[in-house]
Amino acid sequence: MALSKNQQLLSKIATNDRHGENSPYFDGWKAYDKNPYHPIDNCEGVIQMGLAENQLCFDLIQKWIRRNPKASICTAEGVHEFKNIAIFQDYNGFKEFRQAVANFMGKARGGRVTYDPNRIVMSGGATGANETVMFCLANPGDAFLVPSPCYPAFDRDCGWRTGVQLIPVNCDSSNNFLITKAALEAAYERAQQDHINVKGLIIANPSNPLGTVLDRDTLRSLVSFINEKKIHLVSDEIYAASVFSTPSFVSVSEIIEEMECDRDLIHIVYSLSKDMGLPGFRVGIVYSYNDAVVNCGRKMSSFGLVSSQTQHLLASMLSDDEFVDNFLKENSKRLAKRHSMFTKGLEKVGIACLKSSAGLFVWMDLRRLLKEQTLESEMNLWRVIINEVKLNVSPGSSFHCSEPGWFRVCFANMDDDTVEVALERIRVFVEKQQVKSKRKFQNNLNLKLSCTPRRYDESVMSPHMMSPRSPLVRART
Amino acid sequence: MRHLSTKATCNSHGQDSSYFLGWEEYEKNPYDEVQNPKGIIQMGLAENQLSFDLLESWLEKNPEPAGFKRDGKSIFRELALFQDYHGLPAFKKALVEFMAEIRGNRVSFDPNHMVLTAGATSANETLMFCLAEPGEAFLLPTPYYPGFDRDLKWRTGVEIVPIHCTSSNDFQITETALEAAYHEAQQRNLRVKGVLVTNPSNPLGTTLSRSELNLLISFITTKGIHLISDEIYSGTVFSSPGFVSVMEVLKDRNCDETEVWDRVHIVNSLSKDLGLPGFRVGAIYSNDDMVVAAATKMSSFGLMSSQTQYLLSALLSDKKFTKNYISENQKRLKKRQNMLVMGLKKAGISCLKSNAGLFCWVNMRHLLRSDTFEAEMELWKKIVYDVRLNISPGSSCHCTEPGWFRVCFANMTEETLDLAIQRLKDFVVEHTANGHSKSNNSSKNSKRKLLPKWVLRLSSRDRDHEPDER
Repeated sequence: MALSKNQQLLSKIATNDRHGENSPYFDGWKAYDKNPYHPIDNCEGVIQMGLAENQLCFDLIQKWIRRNPKASICTAEGVHEFKNIAIFQDYNGFKEFRQAVANFMGKARGGRVTYDPNRIVMSGGATGANETVMFCLANPGDAFLVPSPCYPAFDRDCGWRTGVQLIPVNCDSSNNFLITKAALEAAYERAQQDHINVKGLIIANPSNPLGTVLDRDTLRSLVSFINEKKIHLVSDEIYAASVFSTPSFVSVSEIIEEMECDRDLIHIVYSLSKDMGLPGFRVGIVYSYNDAVVNCGRKMSSFGLVSSQTQHLLASMLSDDEFVDNFLKENSKRLAKRHSMFTKGLEKVGIACLKSSAGLFVWMDLRRLLKEQTLESEMNLWRVIINEVKLNVSPGSSFHCSEPGWFRVCFANMDDDTVEVALERIRVFVEKQQVKSKRKFQNNLNLKLSCTPRRYDESVMSPHMMSPRSPLVRART
Repeated sequence: MRHLSTKATCNSHGQDSSYFLGWEEYEKNPYDEVQNPKGIIQMGLAENQLSFDLLESWLEKNPEPAGFKRDGKSIFRELALFQDYHGLPAFKKALVEFMAEIRGNRVSFDPNHMVLTAGATSANETLMFCLAEPGEAFLLPTPYYPGFDRDLKWRTGVEIVPIHCTSSNDFQITETALEAAYHEAQQRNLRVKGVLVTNPSNPLGTTLSRSELNLLISFITTKGIHLISDEIYSGTVFSSPGFVSVMEVLKDRNCDETEVWDRVHIVNSLSKDLGLPGFRVGAIYSNDDMVVAAATKMSSFGLMSSQTQYLLSALLSDKKFTKNYISENQKRLKKRQNMLVMGLKKAGISCLKSNAGLFCWVNMRHLLRSDTFEAEMELWKKIVYDVRLNISPGSSCHCTEPGWFRVCFANMTEETLDLAIQRLKDFVVEHTANGHSKSNNSSKNSKRKLLPKWVLRLSSRDRDHEPDER
């Protein structure tokens, strides 16, 4: 379809697809939006398990807010601060806010590292933080390596407006999706041959979608790799405090204390959206060990400052050591309990997940339910899960996973009863599949001659242009 | 510095301009009535601090939205999770109604055409990303807000080509100037994608006339380009002629649903009208569905905090409050502007006649040693260091005529403003007595040698910084 005259007047960025919202991934969201589960009003609806939100600890935060009316500028106790907060647009952010965030980040790492409040730079959520870091480190056309499977929106965050390309470093189940030096070297070499300028490596640790933490050896080898190639390392540690068992989380900040490293190459992205369950408040953080990046990032933060009202509230909350210590402990406990409940439930029906100790989701292995080990089969299975089982889960291909059959399933954005309902539906579905395959086996035994491959019923929902009111409106992943 | 992007290592964030350096000097020695009565008075900050009491009293009477409550029930969880880039519907509705009210309800706005962003800073940058490729250009009338150099150009790679306005006609935009700017862009091989105006103007404090608006619409129609109207000061209009939004003129010309209708976009914010810059409330309004769709997706990079959206949706839905606020705020601004204008007049200093904004565009050409930007810088330095007032030199706003300064009046108490005026009066008296003005040239050269290098560097840098501007 030819662009209208006005459309030709828009930029390429405005009219291209790199925002990623046209991917079939979002069809699942649409199904949920059309028919959302509700225990009373719509118990046959689709259960949302594609949303990595932490809804387990709001009571702790609400209690704190009730007990600390001064932290809100709108209460009688706090309104005298209103004016100062309302006019504060300094891109350095409130000192107390930076100190409180640095304090929280340190505690989330068990106090094994301390963070300098003067290196804390605000951004519009981790979305804004990743984009800002790319703007600081790379020019249009440059590339970053990213281990896959990875967070689907990295492509938008890191590349849409920056012009940076992401080159996947494929990891697979043969070694539990570990990142190997060989894979990194191969990806780097290929890029060199294609004359692509690799500026760095971006990792998510703990991983989305895997839910695993990087072990010390792997981290050390990543740090060696980037030092050797003189490229940057961006570590998105947005799930740092969403760790609920062992192995525990090791931050790149700890590693650089233990080994030789050019600190100008090390940058961390953080946020309160996952660890504290506050995605609506848009608290993104860039923490860089490189002064020039802090400087530049700070100027760029003008494009996505944290609302001063929010800074003020959180500065108070996160400097309350008693609250923070209790929150971190309780959050881990509740995540552990939920994770265990869910994985044990899946085990009972013979579904395994990648062993994980972090995150708000599991990486579920449904390879044996695939007709064939192909992307198409995965997509077909996924559509069945959405339409028949009525669970919105995320197919591995949307995370650029090279192995078909894996699905990310979120467990922290619902109550216990809903988890039970979801598990029951999975149980029923798996049993049906087992009956089907038994029958198929028997049918095959009875077959005389036929060797025509069975055509799979393709009730395919094809990717289509998302209307502005798309389900993407909620958290991307 | 190695291995960083060009953006990280260049100067186009514009922060080395004199506009920001004055701020730095202020930070080092800020005036305080009690603690530092000899400090520098901040008059370079276009903030509206006159009407906080109205906001505070509203908050006292309305504890619910503040406490994350609605109808007695806690909605904390909902808000904490709400990151929908379409924005809180109640807030958008309240915001478009507020915008309409400011325009005397002569136009109305559709919430579905509005995109929320973290401040107007983000709104302007986002529009550039949507409307232009790196290397393309937007035309801007001078003088303009210094922050545009960062907001429009830095990360987008878009160029600004100035539309030169002069005091000969009170800095109004003329057809000749528009055509000249367009021609200049073509000479520089820059494809022009649109015109961006600020209405009411920063730094002039004037509203665009209907004829200027008509001229602009005709211009963009002929050239087939966009028009962005940054109306961030629309609520600060305190006297006649009133504020006319570009939307009104389009309506009057029966441009609804025509092609040009889709090429006009408005930027808004609550940072100036309500004096809430800390809350980061910005908005893009466009009639073009594709622009709305693209900008909405981009707003992910700078969404408004849900906590803030909720508070403000309650505030702005209170029509009694907004009606009273708008009129009371305008009254206070008018009084304050008048105070500054009269005070300056007594010191023999005139201002451009203005009816809006949080500042005056002050004419100090007669105080310059020579009609040059060097002389402007020299005068500015004296005003910052000796008179101890941080005001903004016209050159930082890309004014083509030396000697103009933007002086803010709404970000301090009346007493402080009085003091500032007094200091300026004393300075003018002394300055004239010592024959520092143009009429006395004798010691020009030796005086220049006494200037610290950074002042000389600044006066040339502002032009080196924009080598093709003239």
